[in-house]
Amino acid sequence: MTVRNPTSDRDFHLAGDARNRLGDRALLGAAAFAVAGLVLLMVLLIYKVVDQAMPAIREFGLSFLTGTTWNAVTNQFGALDLIWGTLATSLFALVIAVPIAVAIALFLTELAPRVLRTPIGMLVELLAAIPSVVLGLWGIVVMGPFLQAHVEPWMIAHLGFLPFFDGFPSAVGLLPACLILSVMVVPIVASITRELLSSVPSDLKAGSLALGSTRWEMVRRVMLPQITGGLVAGVMLGFARAIGEAIAVTQVIGGSLVRPENIYAPADTMAARLAAQYAGTATSLQKASLAYLAVILLAISLITNLVAQLIVRRMQRKLGAR
Amino acid sequence: MSVQAQPNPFAARTARARRRKIVGYVMEGVATAAAILAVVVLAIVIGSVAKRGLPAINLDFFTQNAAPFGQSGGGIANAIVGTVIMLAIATIISVPAGVLLAIFNTEFAPPRVANAIRLTLNVLAGVPTIVIGVFIFSLIVVGRGQSAFAAAIGLAIVMLPLIARATEEVLLLVPSSLREGSLALGASRARTVLTVILPTAVGGMVTATIVAVARAAGETAPLLFTCSIFVSTTIQTDPRQSMATLPIVIFTSAESPSPHDQQIAWAAALVLIGVVLVGSILGRVLSLRTRRQIERAR
Repeated sequence: MTVRNPTSDRDFHLAGDARNRLGDRALLGAAAFAVAGLVLLMVLLIYKVVDQAMPAIREFGLSFLTGTTWNAVTNQFGALDLIWGTLATSLFALVIAVPIAVAIALFLTELAPRVLRTPIGMLVELLAAIPSVVLGLWGIVVMGPFLQAHVEPWMIAHLGFLPFFDGFPSAVGLLPACLILSVMVVPIVASITRELLSSVPSDLKAGSLALGSTRWEMVRRVMLPQITGGLVAGVMLGFARAIGEAIAVTQVIGGSLVRPENIYAPADTMAARLAAQYAGTATSLQKASLAYLAVILLAISLITNLVAQLIVRRMQRKLGAR
Repeated sequence: MSVQAQPNPFAARTARARRRKIVGYVMEGVATAAAILAVVVLAIVIGSVAKRGLPAINLDFFTQNAAPFGQSGGGIANAIVGTVIMLAIATIISVPAGVLLAIFNTEFAPPRVANAIRLTLNVLAGVPTIVIGVFIFSLIVVGRGQSAFAAAIGLAIVMLPLIARATEEVLLLVPSSLREGSLALGASRARTVLTVILPTAVGGMVTATIVAVARAAGETAPLLFTCSIFVSTTIQTDPRQSMATLPIVIFTSAESPSPHDQQIAWAAALVLIGVVLVGSILGRVLSLRTRRQIERAR
């Protein structure tokens, strides 16, 4: 019979610890490797896109932002009209989409029968799942001609007195692009608003109703003021989505080289120009100029997303503190 | 529990109260109409894609390759194979990376670091996919040419934040009693993660992957500069080559004036929308179920 040596017993423990530690280290190492990969990816993403744009940044500098020519023959490139088109389509899409999205969120949190909430909420989110190339195909073949034949003549007849609403109907142009973008933005803003609305404490709602408010007055005076900050963040995320959409917009906007004179005319956005021209450029400066557009898009989307995330985080902390 | 408006016995007496009530009803009507509008738009888009796509869909459409230029007939077999291969590569890259990021966040990272990583993932998710296309073009395609592999990396970048965030959410749902029990029995951290936590959360990870794949299947922008030029109309399985994919087939055929190409575009759109919607619905329904299951286990 052998008496166990206390040292070997300790060794055994140590060996087990070491093995365990080795496993822990391996997992931590692998996970840390993934984190390092993520950081590297972000850095590389920014570096590579800026690097592609470098010739154009060197050639045009900041005057790229104010130039209005886009001419591959004279090698003159400026982005002002595209920036204008991007902002016009995105902001107009938000004007259409945000009220609808908030209304949908209110319906889903306050009005809809309980059994319908999950399925209708899911259907609204499915709008965001439609591939943009399919939405764009539908936009050129179905929606564009319909707008041209039925909606735009009516708008010209009845809204033509407004500065930007007089013109000739067109199947491709700003209006279809705005409508397609709003279809993409509605689900994003609706699902964020829905989450915010359901986080409003029910004692506040009950208090408002107890004081004799109608349901709408409770929404207007109590719920909406509570979620303003988060709603701003949601709208910013919708904006970031809208400015970055390339495929569907390039299909329906008509790719005009000049700024449109009215809301029906063809226009172009930064992302759409990128999608249409990047693969087949005439000069290397044109390619760099298109990459410059990508740099602008990347910068706007990084800033917008970052600010929106920080607002959301502050909101969550505020609600968590309650 | 939601709070119900109680009828006020004095309300109906004054005109002002009546007006307030009417405004309330109108606003409730507007909210209901907005929800109906969204569902109707979804139905119109799916309906018109189905109406135009269905006539071209038959067995040949799925089993035959694209017709050579200018000829009629032909299917989308090569594009389906291309899309499947590309998605498989993107999944192989993004799932392990996303799961590891989620494990790091829930098991190892101090709150500050975890927050920073979450923020980075959200920002990455917000990068326009066309910019990811430019990035992959400059990183891989320049000098090497287009390939399915390059496009797959672009799709993996689209999928990564979706998988990492959703996985982290399910990992956080795993009851801490399970984790503590395993650690109390003397299991190491790694063992706890691999044999207790991940198996509990595997359902959630599968649904996260389904949703991410459905999203990536419809992405066109990351493929446009990285895998859009393909001369061969036969099935291509070498990922170092460029191959046909459903989104690119739709995108290029949509701009073609020939009715035959348009027909192909609509039918391919119907297939794509079908796959994407089924994937999204399946993912959402499953994720509701796993969430409920884990919550019940608690």
